[in-house]
Amino acid sequence: MLLSAAALVILGAGVGLALLWAPEDADQGPTQRIFYIHVPVALTAYALLGWGAWKALRLLWTREERYDLESYTGVHIGLIFALLTLVTGSIWARASWGVWWDWRERQLVLFLILFLFYSAYFMLRYSLEPGPARGRISAVYALVGVVLIPVSFLAVRLAEQFLHPTPLIRRGGPDMAGSMLATFSVCLAGMLALAGALYANELAGKRLDARLRELREVLS
Amino acid sequence: MTYLRDAAALARKDLLLELRGKETVPAMVLFVVAVFVAFRFALPEEQEGAAGGLLWVAIVLTALLGLVRAFVPEREQGVLDALVLAPCDRSAIWLGKALSVLAFLLIAEAAALPVFAVFFEPVDAATVGAVLLADVGLCGVGALLAAMAVAGRAREVLLPLLFLPLAIPVVIGGVGATVTDDPARYLGFLALYDAIFAILAWATFEYVVTE
Repeated sequence: MLLSAAALVILGAGVGLALLWAPEDADQGPTQRIFYIHVPVALTAYALLGWGAWKALRLLWTREERYDLESYTGVHIGLIFALLTLVTGSIWARASWGVWWDWRERQLVLFLILFLFYSAYFMLRYSLEPGPARGRISAVYALVGVVLIPVSFLAVRLAEQFLHPTPLIRRGGPDMAGSMLATFSVCLAGMLALAGALYANELAGKRLDARLRELREVLS
Repeated sequence: MTYLRDAAALARKDLLLELRGKETVPAMVLFVVAVFVAFRFALPEEQEGAAGGLLWVAIVLTALLGLVRAFVPEREQGVLDALVLAPCDRSAIWLGKALSVLAFLLIAEAAALPVFAVFFEPVDAATVGAVLLADVGLCGVGALLAAMAVAGRAREVLLPLLFLPLAIPVVIGGVGATVTDDPARYLGFLALYDAIFAILAWATFEYVVTE
């Protein structure tokens, strides 16, 4: 509950700062402000997928089954944030260039690959019988995913050289003004808090669900 | 040494089965040629480099066809349980399977690349090198995913969903090596892919097959 409230306050403050305080971008005008949502969402998605993989590693390492649900929840919320990244990126592309999708935007292409990969995680998980074997197989898949992230990142960069030999589009980046960086940091902190709150909530729900199923089996 | 001997024995078992049954390799060869013919009509106007790109889609799909069948005999006959009990390192099962699928894929490509050269455009040395590197990566990671998919109910439907997102970097590396003038960095990328995923599959395969 505390985390949910914190997420609400920080995110609210972040959105307020992004809309009212952060300077307007000279080229893109007000549409650039979606940057303060889009990039934190993307970074949070990485964090969640990484968290899921870390728990997967712990599961394989210690063979403690509680890590299975933790890894699953991390990937679950991470996939939602990956989808949000695609949606906000698509809206931004539409606002700046008038198209819903641009293959030159490498972050979006990368997230599309990751979205496809992690969607298959759920197909895999649902096709397996519940039990320790399912936990281990899902964990291995989550580990493959976290390795795929840098490999795909490299691949998408390499692909640009033969697909679009045009100058890169740069958005934001390290040359941000101080007020932009501050706003961005607040938004990122809020998004991470939101992810933490969603994670805790979902994990509690999933644990309850598993417990309920166990009890039903005992009763029947 | 015994590790390699175990893996070789397992791969030899698959090759013998294939030699007697002829279920996989002829299917892969026919499939890849049929894909080429379909591609001919998917390219109404000859665009530079387009055929080279399509070659890579054909290779990935052909590898997928080989992988879909890879663990099915094991599951149907209950061989996998016996192999897991056998006194050998479990990752040797992965290595043996990856090697046998690699052998099937190489045979199919030995037929497919000349056909591609006749139908579309000549195949240069960089492309052949990229195909060899890509095969290693596709079979290595594919054997791991095939073992995962075969454990579930969906099986044949599941493997393409697991495999294709992982194959996208291979397609990128392969197409880059085929269509650009400077293939070295793409070949390097494919070698990196092979190394990373081979190590990962080798280290994690045990957890996939243990009951």
